Amino acid sequence: MKAIVLGGTSGMGRAIAQRLAERGDGVFLLGIGDTELERSAADLKSRHPSRVDVGYAVCDLEKPETFAGALDAADTALSGFDAVIVTAGLFGTQEALEADIEFTRRLVTVNYANTVVFCEHARKRLLERGGGHLTVFSSVAGDRGRKPVAIYGSAKAGLSVYLEALDHKFHAAGLSVLCVKPGFVRTAMTAGLKPPPFAGEPDQVAGDVLRAMDARKPMIYTPGIWALVMLVIRWLPRFVMRKIGF
Amino acid sequence: MGSPANGQSTLSGWGRVPVAGREQLSENLEAATRGAVLCRGLGRSYGDSSLPANADDKVVATRLANRILAFDPESGILRAEAGLCLADLNRLFIPRGYFTPVTPGTKFVTVGGMVASDVHGKNHHQEGCFGAHVQSLRMRLASDDIVTCSETENPDLFYATIGGMGLLGHILEVEFKMHRISSPWIWMESERVGDIDEFITALSNAAPRWPMTVGWIDCLIRGASLGRGILMAGRWATPEEAKAKPPPLTRKKTLPFEFPNWAINPLTVQAFNVAYYWQHMNHRNAGLVGTDPFFYPLDAVLHWNRVYGPRGFTQYQCVLPRAAGPQAVREFMELLTKLGGASPLCVIKDCGPEGKGLLSFPLEGTSIAIDMAISAETQRIVDRLNEFVIAAGGRIYLTKDGFTRPEHFAAMEPRLPQFLAAREKWDPKRRLRSAQSHRLFGDRA
Ligand SMILES: Cc1cc2nc3c(=O)[nH]c(=O)nc-3n(C[C@H](O)[C@H](O)[C@H](O)COP(=O)(O)OP(=O)(O)OC[C@H]3O[C@@H](n4cnc5c(N)ncnc54)[C@H](O)[C@@H]3O)c2cc1C
Repeated sequence: MKAIVLGGTSGMGRAIAQRLAERGDGVFLLGIGDTELERSAADLKSRHPSRVDVGYAVCDLEKPETFAGALDAADTALSGFDAVIVTAGLFGTQEALEADIEFTRRLVTVNYANTVVFCEHARKRLLERGGGHLTVFSSVAGDRGRKPVAIYGSAKAGLSVYLEALDHKFHAAGLSVLCVKPGFVRTAMTAGLKPPPFAGEPDQVAGDVLRAMDARKPMIYTPGIWALVMLVIRWLPRFVMRKIGF
Repeated sequence: MGSPANGQSTLSGWGRVPVAGREQLSENLEAATRGAVLCRGLGRSYGDSSLPANADDKVVATRLANRILAFDPESGILRAEAGLCLADLNRLFIPRGYFTPVTPGTKFVTVGGMVASDVHGKNHHQEGCFGAHVQSLRMRLASDDIVTCSETENPDLFYATIGGMGLLGHILEVEFKMHRISSPWIWMESERVGDIDEFITALSNAAPRWPMTVGWIDCLIRGASLGRGILMAGRWATPEEAKAKPPPLTRKKTLPFEFPNWAINPLTVQAFNVAYYWQHMNHRNAGLVGTDPFFYPLDAVLHWNRVYGPRGFTQYQCVLPRAAGPQAVREFMELLTKLGGASPLCVIKDCGPEGKGLLSFPLEGTSIAIDMAISAETQRIVDRLNEFVIAAGGRIYLTKDGFTRPEHFAAMEPRLPQFLAAREKWDPKRRLRSAQSHRLFGDRA
């Protein structure tokens, strides 16, 4: 596999990039922060005895004008990519978002509109060469309107629906679209929140995601227990959802 | 150190005695350690060294800061972020013919934690502690400045940090020298040893011949067989001896639930020890083993610390100097048995010369480590053992400790004034502190 990872310097993206590099796949990192990109690239090179073609370029989900150039740079460096993985995004608690309307605008724009735009660039390039993998991190928060994730979840809901439709439309053409729905995962992003009993670790998620990509699945919950949790949540009647805090 | 109130978030070490506090996970230590009071790795220290003195202290958890920043196959020199886990390092580098110069008895530790405790392993008599192989450290100081230290650059900071339990500064990056290994297999020989005197002779006979040695002893047998057990010695197998395939990675089994408090009691411990001893039917065994069963037998069951139940446990580890003679070790074992320090696990090891880390644990002599379930008696047992160790000229290992009294520690640590002077220079306000430094050095909570 020759993979581009947008968000591969931190959190679950870092864990995925590390696993890809360890198994000998080509990796090109996209993200913000030159030092972070450089340090992560050095790490990926060290994780494989003979790999040297790890590259990186700056690509900011807040700046759609950087998307095409970054994908082209990756394409040249990898001499043709066949997988694009998007883990980048913004996170904010419902309280923080309610208190700051500008943050709300940024988060909804980055997590929905700009992510879709980035995926459109990537999808077109992949389809031109006969398909490949497009793997995008959505969230369990997008499965149902819920009080603690009203705003964040709504952007993820839009993203999940977009990814589902891409799968319907382009599966036959050879594009494997994977919508990843992580539950609570212990990363710097969720630091400060109280983890539920079955919180996941980034490396565990990375393992689940790569297995799902290899099996060409369209959607996964990770850690797997969340499939069950969300099954229940999706079927709870409205009067219950109004009462509970979840 | 505050006892946690109901519903408050808690942190605990490997001994599972919780204190109020929370950790802040970070992938970017340079950003996260600004204003931090303490760093912790994977919390494999038994006592209170990785726990905050005050519930509101900023504690940074480093385990996500795990990048390898450089590796030179020629020299074996590797530079990594402090949160890199030894298990990952092994997984990546054993197949390439390199191994950490020193490993503790668990691979679920971070390289930062290995420096802060200046860990030792089965090869201490030949290779010293981990700190002896560290080339340089990048650190965030109490002043929030970032500096590099090594043998030649800020050497006082360097040697106070090695074994300094995180009190001199937050370790951001560690550069150390990996060892080349001849194969991924270990040639191991083990033999039954009849009593404690025989054990000490066997260890010192094995030391010049074997790069790695350790012993397990039955702490409950009294009388003539006191200190009987099994001596294990190993070396890296040559390519000709090694099997064609690399050893399997042991599957991680997690102990799914906590045992009740009564599960570990003198009877069950005795039964375990007798079974373990006689399972070793032959007087002597020899053969190839993988790195995991050789170095990390306890890691085969993740969270084995749950067997001690909700009351938690501690480990008492001390070293008795060679000068005190084998007699001191026998007397220590007798005292331990008399005090009822029931333990399924008692590990004995001969240590080589003292290293340069100012609070580094080992000194030339015999180290003994015993797990103990915590009870109303624990403080009294630790006090009595400490009095004995002081009289013998030995010391205890801070990373295992949660009970030693400040006056006892001062009495067993002649290098303490030097360490405190380094702290005075690099952190005069003692901003960096832990529950352990609050207990032992009187730092504010
Ligand atoms: C089963 C088992 C077997 C063991 N066997 C051995 C053995 O054979 N030999 C031996 O020497 N030890 C042994 N130990 C102890 C263990 O190696 C040490 O406690 C080690 O320091 C734990 O590493 P950690 O990353 O979990 O650190 P933690 O337990 O999280 O922290 C330990 C100390 O290191 C400090 N620290 C951690 N990271 C940083 C950082 N980035 N900057 C500054 N300070 C930091 C903490 O403040 C704390 O004082 C064993 C422990 C277990 C559970």
